[in-house]
Amino acid sequence: MSFVRRVGRWATAGVVLLLARGRPRPPAEVARILPLHRAGDRAELAVASLLLLAAAGGAGFVAVYLLGADTQLLGLSLGLALAFLAAALVLGSRALVPQVEEVEERGELVHAREEAAVTQLVEESGEGITRRRLLTAAAGTAGLALGAALVVPAASLGPVLGTDRLLRTPWQRGRRLVDARGRPLAADAIAEGIFEIAFPEGAPKDTLDSPLVVIRLPEEALRLPDERSGWAPGGLLAFSQICTHAGCAITLYRWPLFEPTAPGPALVCPCHYSTFDPATGGDVLFGPAGRPLPQLPLEIDGSGALRAAGPLSGATGPSWWGVRA
Amino acid sequence: MIRRAVGWLDERSGAVPLVQKGLRYVFPDHWSFLLGEMALYTFLVLVGTGVYLTLFFQPSYEPVVYDGAYEPLQGREVSQAYHSVLDLSFEVKAGLLMRQTHHWAANVFVVAIVLHLLRIFFTGAFRKPRQLTYYVGVTMLMLAVLEGFLGYSLVDDLLSGMGLAIAYSVVASVPFVGGNLVLLLWEAPFPGTSDFLSRIYVGHVLLLPLALGALIAIHLTLIVATKHTQFRGPRRLERNVVGTPLWPGYALRSLGLMCAVAAALLLLGGLVQINPVWLWGPYDTWLSTNGAQPDWYLGWLIGALRLMPSWEPHAWGYTFVPNPFWGGVAFPLVVFGFLFLWPTIERRVTGDDAFHHLLDRPRDVPWRTATGVAVFTWVACVFLAGASDRFFVQAGVPYEEQIWFWRAAVFVLPVLAFLLTRRLCVELGDGGRRTPASLGADRS
Repeated sequence: MSFVRRVGRWATAGVVLLLARGRPRPPAEVARILPLHRAGDRAELAVASLLLLAAAGGAGFVAVYLLGADTQLLGLSLGLALAFLAAALVLGSRALVPQVEEVEERGELVHAREEAAVTQLVEESGEGITRRRLLTAAAGTAGLALGAALVVPAASLGPVLGTDRLLRTPWQRGRRLVDARGRPLAADAIAEGIFEIAFPEGAPKDTLDSPLVVIRLPEEALRLPDERSGWAPGGLLAFSQICTHAGCAITLYRWPLFEPTAPGPALVCPCHYSTFDPATGGDVLFGPAGRPLPQLPLEIDGSGALRAAGPLSGATGPSWWGVRA
Repeated sequence: MIRRAVGWLDERSGAVPLVQKGLRYVFPDHWSFLLGEMALYTFLVLVGTGVYLTLFFQPSYEPVVYDGAYEPLQGREVSQAYHSVLDLSFEVKAGLLMRQTHHWAANVFVVAIVLHLLRIFFTGAFRKPRQLTYYVGVTMLMLAVLEGFLGYSLVDDLLSGMGLAIAYSVVASVPFVGGNLVLLLWEAPFPGTSDFLSRIYVGHVLLLPLALGALIAIHLTLIVATKHTQFRGPRRLERNVVGTPLWPGYALRSLGLMCAVAAALLLLGGLVQINPVWLWGPYDTWLSTNGAQPDWYLGWLIGALRLMPSWEPHAWGYTFVPNPFWGGVAFPLVVFGFLFLWPTIERRVTGDDAFHHLLDRPRDVPWRTATGVAVFTWVACVFLAGASDRFFVQAGVPYEEQIWFWRAAVFVLPVLAFLLTRRLCVELGDGGRRTPASLGADRS
């Protein structure tokens, strides 16, 4: 081989080496995972349009936000943007990417060998222990004591043992009835058919034992128990306004418009329609309440204002264990 | 590019084999399988909008004079909580959209969970090996209802106050310890202190969402571990799953569902008013309104409270079982007790302890379907009874007659529903071959 030809070959080899460096080798044929799929022009354009519509919605949201942020337009723009995006994604999933249905084996959920090994591991770890009972008892005691230590701070959440607080009431003999603005309630102001809400003078208004309903019935319509004679001067009746069922305020007053056929007057709680009969002293006529509405004996003082003539006939508010029947 | 990203991840986590497996995870296709995903995506919307709301809400009963943009309430004494909700509705840009979307999402969340539960129940998807997944799911339903209730109780408007008064009464109705429990939770007799509001706030924005998030993680992990169920069909066997792999088809479709759910919730939140608390006004113990209704997912409880006759047993002079206990505690305990016990009951009755990866059609197991429909009818009757006041206020149908009707219906209709459904299943299906007795022998 002549020198020239050898140089020529080396040069060719060098050029090939230089030019080919860094270029990827032609890939070895790798088996495809997904089947080859051609997304159609129409599908691609449709998805692109939907994405652009979504973009328009997003931009619209920003614009609406900057221009006063009308709630309807904000919801509409962002909602539509996301709806277009949703459509783009679903269409993309159906038309742009390969569609495959695959069958996957579930494999075993039960691993007999590992189960045996874990069991063995746990069993062997305790084999050398002889005072099993003592240790179990000691561990149990530790668990109980530490559990108690963890739980006890929860008692700080509230006066857990002070349930007598639930039975306290500001209503006692002589307490004046006032309206929501604190003005004394005049007996004359309450005519038949009027529904008045009253509070104890000088006590908080927002507790369950505070608000009262004051109404007037014709005296001959009253059927109060004997021991409550004198509780309703001039047919005036006062009851706790808080339903004995579930603690809602009684704000419905059934007043018969067509005497002969309509049912008699009643106090009704709008939450579950517990219906109380004021004429008999608050007995339950209908609904879930389990005990009567507590009644407050009334008296009219020298200035014509209403006062409590004694305590309420029962516990106010919803029933609980400590409410004496 | 992609190869470099994959390589980068693998060198730092060694997780690529897992990713590969995950991308090939097979989802069987059926529309009813999307209900659980709907619940999941609604939860994401709830977290997103909820975080936004916490940036403005103030959990305090401290009284302040309202001086905001909503004129009818100007000068009225309200709580800081209520004030801050009005501010975020009227003065925070996009605040009302977020609030209404959040509220709609809460309602849709429970709808999605309940529909998902019905699908699981009537197709027998709760059977071995999926009992844990099912128990976690039913627990999430309970938490979701509680979470929703606490959410709208924070606002301190008239409806939330009435709801809390009822909740207080239900807690107080627990025999022996009810009085102690309400003092622990409310810190004082109703309406309690601002600490109480802080507590339900922490419950609503931290504890319950965290619990739900953790349970969702467990739920999904268990689903992946046991793989999806599938309906019977060509090539579908107990030992395989036939469907679309996660990548590329299913992931895109599922993201599409996520966007669609968010879109629907935002459109509702933007266009359809929900819980306009400025119209209800602030709450005080002596205020209430006729025709008041909770969010839909509490309708069954208000119905149970309404239906219960005036019965309150006494013992030794003490109120042994205060009335709200029946509707507010015993009834939900029975319903959730049924849901939790059903897999065990069915296994005991059929003696079937085999693995089941193929789903039943409801008609395939008449006795299960009939039992489920009967229980559903029972709860639905109670639920409808809860709306009696609306029906009275709006349509003029006398209230007491309605209640008497439902008191009878809760006993009669479930029995009728059971008989009718069983008959229907037998007619539609394979002639009732798969009775409890035969199911045990039908192991495959």
